[in-house]
Amino acid sequence: MYRPLAILALSAALAGCDGQPEQHASVAPAQPQHGGVLRVAFDGDPNCIDPQQAGNNTALNVGRQLVDSLTDQDPQSAEIVPWLAERWEVSADSRQFTFHLREGVTFADGSPLDAAAVKANFEAIVALGARAQLAGTYLAGLESVQVNGPLSVQVTFKQANAQFLQASSTMSLGLLSPATLQRSAEERCQGALSGSGPFTVKSFEHNRLVRIEARPDYHWPSSLAGHQGRAWLDAIEFHILPESGVRLGSLLSAQIDVNTSVPVQDEAVLESQGVPSINRPNPGIVFSLTPNVSRPPLDERAVRQALNKAIDRRQFQGVISRFQKPATSVLASSTPFYQDLSSHLAYDPEGAGRLLDEAGWIRGADGWRQRDGKRLGFALDYWQATTPVLELVQQQLRAIGVELRLNKSTIGQVSLQQTSLDYSLWFFNLTRADPDVLRTVFLSSGRNVNVRGPLPLDQTLQDSAASLDAARRGALIQQASAELLAQGHVIPLVEAATVTAFRDAVRGLHYEASTRLQFYDTWLVRP
Amino acid sequence: MKTSPLWRLAQALLVLWAAFSLSFAILYALPGDPVAILLAQSGEPGTADPAQVAELRARYHLDGSLWQQYGGALWRLLHLDLGVSLQTGKPVAAALAAALPATLALAFAALLLAVPLGIGVALAARQVRRRPLQAALHNAPALVVSLPTFWVGLLLLQLFSFRLHWLPAMGEHGVASLVLPALTLALPCAAMIAQVLGRSLASVSQQPFVQALRSKGVGRWRLLWRHVLHNAAIPLLSLTGTLLGNLLAGAVVTETVFSRDGVGRLAQAAVASQDIAVVQGVVLLAATLYVLTNLLTDLLYPRLDPRLRQGSHP
Repeated sequence: MYRPLAILALSAALAGCDGQPEQHASVAPAQPQHGGVLRVAFDGDPNCIDPQQAGNNTALNVGRQLVDSLTDQDPQSAEIVPWLAERWEVSADSRQFTFHLREGVTFADGSPLDAAAVKANFEAIVALGARAQLAGTYLAGLESVQVNGPLSVQVTFKQANAQFLQASSTMSLGLLSPATLQRSAEERCQGALSGSGPFTVKSFEHNRLVRIEARPDYHWPSSLAGHQGRAWLDAIEFHILPESGVRLGSLLSAQIDVNTSVPVQDEAVLESQGVPSINRPNPGIVFSLTPNVSRPPLDERAVRQALNKAIDRRQFQGVISRFQKPATSVLASSTPFYQDLSSHLAYDPEGAGRLLDEAGWIRGADGWRQRDGKRLGFALDYWQATTPVLELVQQQLRAIGVELRLNKSTIGQVSLQQTSLDYSLWFFNLTRADPDVLRTVFLSSGRNVNVRGPLPLDQTLQDSAASLDAARRGALIQQASAELLAQGHVIPLVEAATVTAFRDAVRGLHYEASTRLQFYDTWLVRP
Repeated sequence: MKTSPLWRLAQALLVLWAAFSLSFAILYALPGDPVAILLAQSGEPGTADPAQVAELRARYHLDGSLWQQYGGALWRLLHLDLGVSLQTGKPVAAALAAALPATLALAFAALLLAVPLGIGVALAARQVRRRPLQAALHNAPALVVSLPTFWVGLLLLQLFSFRLHWLPAMGEHGVASLVLPALTLALPCAAMIAQVLGRSLASVSQQPFVQALRSKGVGRWRLLWRHVLHNAAIPLLSLTGTLLGNLLAGAVVTETVFSRDGVGRLAQAAVASQDIAVVQGVVLLAATLYVLTNLLTDLLYPRLDPRLRQGSHP
């Protein structure tokens, strides 16, 4: 909310003369050990900690610890690997998925995790409707879930659904006990949850604290896990600290162990203090502008292409985190099947000017381009904390005579504009470790952020969802991405990145494939 | 002036109704759709089914015309039903009941600090004769009132928590976690008390009875303590309402900086997400507290000031 510079300077100065900076411990034991309570700082209330319903990152970070998934995804190779399912088969048309579950897995309330429980979960997610927004998208077109045996379950879709295998690794499709599914959506949000995960909910006090405790009998971690048996930590406390200065000071004074939300301006202080951190570009769609092509003048391809050419993406590095990169495609570099398409995003202000001249948008005496007495300009309403990047875009467009009017607004007003299609440009990013985000966002019969009619591009997007063959899928994703850029349907700007700072006593902290934290292997060095 | 209890009750209900109607009008006029906000928690493009959106709208009484929504909300309020939070799905009354104790504890602790501090500064400013110190005591309240609560809170945190490690920066267990937020909230209140009392002390000291006492040779401290303060303290009572407002408004900022749960955080989050039922619950709670405080002040005045007592019974 408030970020006066004086406070930051003061934080830096006071932190700088702090007597006991957390330096790298030289006598750390090499072996992980059980015990300890990890104190993690969030920047906002998770609102709803049911992973099947959750939408925001804080909630998903809690939910990930409570549930296990059928599969897991390797954050490096993006490969889908066994977790609760020991193996699976996918039909040639990517419509049928058969999972064979591992034996002996139970939910925290003691009930067994079997094929019937998986069926109950997927059917309950569909019944949740709009409340299970992410999970609902993953299961779109679900035809049936069939129990083939106590530990064998077959999921069938009405259409090809290659993304479902990756979706089965997300916490959104994590499994809850049948008794939990009987509860109301609201009760589940408040923490009445029994998953099969390594931690269980102890208490959830809004705006204050979520406490989860290790389950002693847990012994079915993902095949990617670094150890077996119960989690190393005894418990995790997620403290909600809305002020970035308080999170920074609390970390430096060892009142918290992990800060999950490090703003760009705090990075220098943390670095100068030698505070360890991990960071990862968020996979999915990068921070982009998408034009509404149903409105003039963005219905003209030349104008959209000119916007892409007028933006010098290398300049962004000066105003973003050093862990962030300028966009090189519509997909972030950490997304599976990502390909560098920066040749499509070359800075070419002369080319942009030529395109606009040919389209009849001529520079007037005041420097702005005009046609038939109308100035070439658009409004952009946004709510994200990325103002410096957008201001740079504003300046770069001004250089070619195009006006961008920035209006920082609230998330509520922006989402209302979007649902009522009342926008010229939409600014967003979307985190998901599967390129299928392109289809959900850009398909003319999907979210259709461009508000466009059907195009041959739709077939390419559909086909990319139909194939699990890596080579074929990669080619289709590249073809679709290149087409989106060539048509000016997306103007990628910068990649999103997550930075997590922590005390030196915290070990084994890491992100899962979609850049949310996984605490099963995390442990604390005790003094 | 009518002072019958029935008339007072009617007045109080009128104030509550006005607060409810005004907040409803403002929230309704805000651009933005609470259901859209609920569905766009992360601001990422989603694919919600229009039928399901309509169902959510109906569940939270957000369908129908302005008058239908207003009438429905008022009708439920008359049955003491504050509605259900859109964000959490919990009853608003339960959310308020959960948040109130923390805010009350904070407010009472702040008052415990503010009252003696404010009175002390005002008295000292009156009695101290050394020039620089007197000037400082006179001007300190005006300075403190104009400091942003947010900045004071962060400054105290930096010094006493992050640097000296004396007090925790967060948590709500025990007295230690209450000290810094209470102090942050108390400072502007103490400054207000010192300002009002200081002015009042000055004006009472000018009155003939004080000069008469002084000429009789009554000592300075005895004069202030026994005669001036007693008379000068009465205007402080009229400050109660303002102080209450200050405490509630300060709670929003203080609770955010010190990561405490409470009515302030509840209100801030509810406004941000346009959780209409919760905002209205907070508004009604604040209005009720105001009404009760003013009622209490009016009842206390005649007891403390004999002149008023005589005035109402000629």
